[in-house]
Amino acid sequence: MTARRNGAGARLRDGLPLVPFLLYLFVFLLIPTITVVVKAFESDGHFSLDRMRALGDDAALRALWHSVLVSGITAVLGALLGALLAYLVVTSPQTSLFRRIVTSVCSVLAQFGGVALAFAFLATIGFSGVVTVWSRDHLGLDLYGSGWLFDIPGLVLVYSYFQIPLMVIVFLPALEGLRAQWREAAVSLGASTYQYWRHVGIPLLTPAFLGCTLLLFANAFAAYATAAALISQGNPILPLLIRAALTSEVVLGQAGFGFALAMEMVVVVTIVMVAYGALVRRTSRWLQ
Amino acid sequence: MVPFGLFFLVPLLAMLDFSTRKIGGGGRTWQAWRNLVQDDQLYHAITISLGLAASTVAVMLALLVPTMIWVRLRTPWAGRLIEFLCLLPLTIPALVIVVGLKGVYAWVTYFLGESALTLAFIYVVLVLPYAYRAIDAALSAIDVNTLSEAARSLGAGWATTILRVVVPNIWSGILSAAFISIAIVLGEYTIASLSGYQNLQVVIVLLGKSDGPTSVAASLATLLFGMVLLLLLSLVSRGRRAADTDVTTGVVAPAPTTVAERS
Repeated sequence: MTARRNGAGARLRDGLPLVPFLLYLFVFLLIPTITVVVKAFESDGHFSLDRMRALGDDAALRALWHSVLVSGITAVLGALLGALLAYLVVTSPQTSLFRRIVTSVCSVLAQFGGVALAFAFLATIGFSGVVTVWSRDHLGLDLYGSGWLFDIPGLVLVYSYFQIPLMVIVFLPALEGLRAQWREAAVSLGASTYQYWRHVGIPLLTPAFLGCTLLLFANAFAAYATAAALISQGNPILPLLIRAALTSEVVLGQAGFGFALAMEMVVVVTIVMVAYGALVRRTSRWLQ
Repeated sequence: MVPFGLFFLVPLLAMLDFSTRKIGGGGRTWQAWRNLVQDDQLYHAITISLGLAASTVAVMLALLVPTMIWVRLRTPWAGRLIEFLCLLPLTIPALVIVVGLKGVYAWVTYFLGESALTLAFIYVVLVLPYAYRAIDAALSAIDVNTLSEAARSLGAGWATTILRVVVPNIWSGILSAAFISIAIVLGEYTIASLSGYQNLQVVIVLLGKSDGPTSVAASLATLLFGMVLLLLLSLVSRGRRAADTDVTTGVVAPAPTTVAERS
């Protein structure tokens, strides 16, 4: 109302209380991000592609490939198993204690786990882990092997422990959006359970399912804490190579390599998330 | 259901078993759990993380609540921008922020001194998406405009309107935002470890190299604390439906206009 009467001046004056917030985000979010982008294309103060070219190194390419591999496998595994678990959960009423406990536990494991998840698996199947010791004593089976827990297979297992819960959390709303009336309509037209899922349920859920899979991919790709706590030597995946670049630039002999790696991570995550956004828009057409 | 139950419960039970067994012999000991308060380094780290959680919540609320209310009342044209900015940290991994943080933190430590508590500034950014969703859900549930017009027509100024009329009506959202922020800050490792400060998670990893049971006990404690926190939250906000699913889980039903995810 004020804005219409006094035009742009009043609009600006109304906007003044937003300045602290905008300033804060500029300093603590935008400046760090812009720094990464600028420094990735800079060398000795000028524009240069040297740092980006370093991404073509064997070590950098291998880390990228391993990251894609771990994220891809855990995204697909997590999406399939998480969707199944979400389906099992959705059959219980929303206000039940069981449901509340499952969503709270999933929420913690999916979003706040980090370091603790690495220790959970060290305590379970690490060298003196509970399950390792038990199977060594009772089954004569050496689960520890040659330390697979600290390499790609281990990361896949540990990442599943937060990917499946994340899928449950992000996929539940889509499952809940399937209205009982649609099923009733299909059944009253003579559809079997199989036909309902084949022609109604699964086509409706597919965009949401694919979108969530992409979200899981980005989540695993950017995850750092769990891998860092699990693997203290070697840098098999991109986030750990960034750690190495940050903590021991001298060893790598390339100042600023970390900026290029971080840039690479931003690019991958952004591409995946834009695709995710498109799929979510499609789902939101019917999900109310 | 049973295989899922096993997959998720076994590691948690293994942590309990691992943290209470006696090394090199049978029997149980709670020493690892007593270390949570007896071990100086760990105890110190716990107090730092709690301090960080408190300051993060304080700064986040002071920054976000007035801004979001103001956007609804006077500047709806800025709504999309604020939402976009609030959800942006989900797309920019914490690891990337920490890579570009050096310049900004040089200024922060110049003005405020070298203290682990300065991490709170960056943690506010990390918790922003979750806090935004929680508060936004609460604000959507009430008619902010009518409430404030009523208050203003009775002679209340803007500060009174916001603090004494609107805020009491969105307590559930503020509480959710605070709880989720606490859970995130207590579990934060990436930024603290790479900027060289010792918060709880950093010390847990350090201890893991020398005293396995204690770090496993501390890990399990943070997980359980988070679960209890969120379960309480979901019980407190019992009754209200869709919006609450949003609140407790954070990432549910991401806004179609924006992209999302975290570190």
